[in-house]
Amino acid sequence: MQDVDVRLTQVTKAYGDVLAVDHIDLEVLPGEFFSLLGPSGCGKTTTLRMIGGFEQPTSGLIELHGEDVTWLPPYQRQVNTVFQNYALFPHLTIYENVAFGLRRKGVKGPEVEARVTEMLNLVELPGYEKRKPTQISGGQAQRVALARALINRPRVLLLDEPLGALDLKLRKQMQVELKRIQKEVGITFIYVTHDQEEAMTMSDRIAVMNKGHYEQLGDPETLYERPTTRFVAGFLGISNLLGGKVVGAADGYALLDLADGTRIRVSAALVAGRSAVSAGVRPEKIRLNEETETVPAGRNLLHGVVTDVAYIGVSTQYIVEVRGGARVMVYEQNLERATKSELWSRGEKVQLSWNPDHTFVVEASPADAPNDDAAE
Amino acid sequence: MAAATTHPTPGEARSAGTRPRGGARGVLGRMADKYLLIVYSALAVIYLLLPVFVIILFSFNNPPGRSNFLWSGFTLKYWLNPLGVAGLGDAVLLSLEIALISTIISTILGTLVAIALERYRFRGRAGVNALVFLPMATPEIIMGASLLTLFVAIGAAPFFPLNFATILIAHVMFNISYVVVTVRARLAGFPRHLEEAAADLYANEWETFRRVTFPLILPGVVAGALLAFSLSIDDFVITNFSAGKTQTFPMFIYAKAKIGIPVQVNVIGTSIFLIAVGAVLVTTLASRRSNKR
Ligand SMILES: Nc1ncnc2c1ncn2[C@@H]1O[C@H](COP(=O)(O)OP(=O)(O)OP(=O)(O)O)[C@@H](O)[C@H]1O
Ligand SMILES: [Mg+2]
Repeated sequence: MQDVDVRLTQVTKAYGDVLAVDHIDLEVLPGEFFSLLGPSGCGKTTTLRMIGGFEQPTSGLIELHGEDVTWLPPYQRQVNTVFQNYALFPHLTIYENVAFGLRRKGVKGPEVEARVTEMLNLVELPGYEKRKPTQISGGQAQRVALARALINRPRVLLLDEPLGALDLKLRKQMQVELKRIQKEVGITFIYVTHDQEEAMTMSDRIAVMNKGHYEQLGDPETLYERPTTRFVAGFLGISNLLGGKVVGAADGYALLDLADGTRIRVSAALVAGRSAVSAGVRPEKIRLNEETETVPAGRNLLHGVVTDVAYIGVSTQYIVEVRGGARVMVYEQNLERATKSELWSRGEKVQLSWNPDHTFVVEASPADAPNDDAAE
Repeated sequence: MAAATTHPTPGEARSAGTRPRGGARGVLGRMADKYLLIVYSALAVIYLLLPVFVIILFSFNNPPGRSNFLWSGFTLKYWLNPLGVAGLGDAVLLSLEIALISTIISTILGTLVAIALERYRFRGRAGVNALVFLPMATPEIIMGASLLTLFVAIGAAPFFPLNFATILIAHVMFNISYVVVTVRARLAGFPRHLEEAAADLYANEWETFRRVTFPLILPGVVAGALLAFSLSIDDFVITNFSAGKTQTFPMFIYAKAKIGIPVQVNVIGTSIFLIAVGAVLVTTLASRRSNKR
């Protein structure tokens, strides 16, 4: 009980007929950088707003540090929010914006000044005290919003797409900075974003949300290497999905027959007793070999023809049509092959192979049960 | 004095003269453009200010008889003795009192009504919404007459006999509408997330209102109050119906008009004008300074 900062139990929010949040269970640990990741409209903001106290759940329970806060107003919760549009008070100076929470809590005199100064140093904005919010840039406003929230030393900080309004370069810079600040102050962050790269680089754990609930929760590596649903596989990068039937088992592997009759091996634990699943593999895990080469035993093996080549510089992306008709995306680092003549070319016959341990398993779908497992 | 709410920015005035040069049109066209605009603007300003100028000028007039219509020499004697006509001082004082009190009451009530209408969905909201506009839409003469009927029909204190209280009630009634409309305009575009941010930063409902909502709608509230004050201080029609034997400043002037308006009326009028201009200047300067900071 004690080492959970935020706990959601069966939390649901309905707007009329729409279930914005649908029976979510969530536990966020102290000091964790936790992200809610998902496409637009999946309920991220609504979830965050219920934790902050701006919305009441239709049903369910929200606890902060073991205390039920489901019905407490925002100002009685030990959490603070960084709003997407910053929501700085336009009539107050930066100093007064940052000091706002302290003053409401009755902190007085020199302590206010010391803590505001400390915070503005932390977000690298010393000397901006006297300005108004209209007189600073978007990136600076973002930092002020962060300082204004952090100064209250909340147990949990909620951030709703805090970098959404910034351009790409500033965004990258702020990602690093946010992570630094989070480490420095050691506060739990719950971070909402629809940008998978942002979530992956910053988070300790991510809940990937879809239609009001999360489909998978885990650290970034697990989500990327072992997605358990099609949605997660597709949302976090590119994946090749191949539908197949489970026909047997051997040494901890399940044997899977693909539509074209090829047999591949996948972890039996991932199949978990299902009889039809789709096997997935990330493009960079696949190695290409010529038809005549011998592929080491134990690797999953497919045969195909290169149909598309895109040279990116650091790597080359191929689309290979495998025998069953599926189109598989393959990334190859340009280590040995780099010049045009060395790269695979269109129409070349190749063997595709990958380590069975790099295969993940998602639910079967009529869409890729036949042979159209297109690379996404 | 409603003009107090709309200060032209200096940029607007300047941009007229500095439009980009060149183009197909000749020097003549451009000159005409430039000077026509100046002449036209000057005429408009003169048209607006001429009556005010006449009032100011004739406050220094030294008329031989009762009527103050012909220029007959400069004097300061009326400025040195502005209340030297029987009943004038009382009338001015009464008008100021009524304007002040009705402004305070209607600003408070009007602001609350505006917040209720803008923020909450309650039973009868549509009705209140429509009713708020009624005093603005109804001709004053009708309002005045029906108020009189109402007061007489009640026939008991404080509504009858007509007195200070009845004037105040009438003024608060028509002032509220104007306050509601101006404050609502300010509230309509109010960024609600600022209130959520305040709540997030440990401000309860009252503190949120005091520290965030109110300071941000304050310009609307001030505009509404100024409007109410200026409407109240020179209202004649409705006041005339609800005043009974009491006499406000506009009623005093009206009564005197038949036998010649004393010069002191011009002095008082000029003073009110100068105070209003002063108020506009102060608010403009204050807002400019706070923008600069
Ligand atoms: N106040 C509201 N009234 C009605 N429906 C709402 C309201 N707020 C949100 N919704 C609906 O609830 C769902 C989830 O909304 P939410 O704002 O949580 O999405 P989100 O994941 O934050 O999306 P985005 O990435 O676009 O911000 C959406 O379908 C939305 O239309
Ligand atoms: Mg959102």
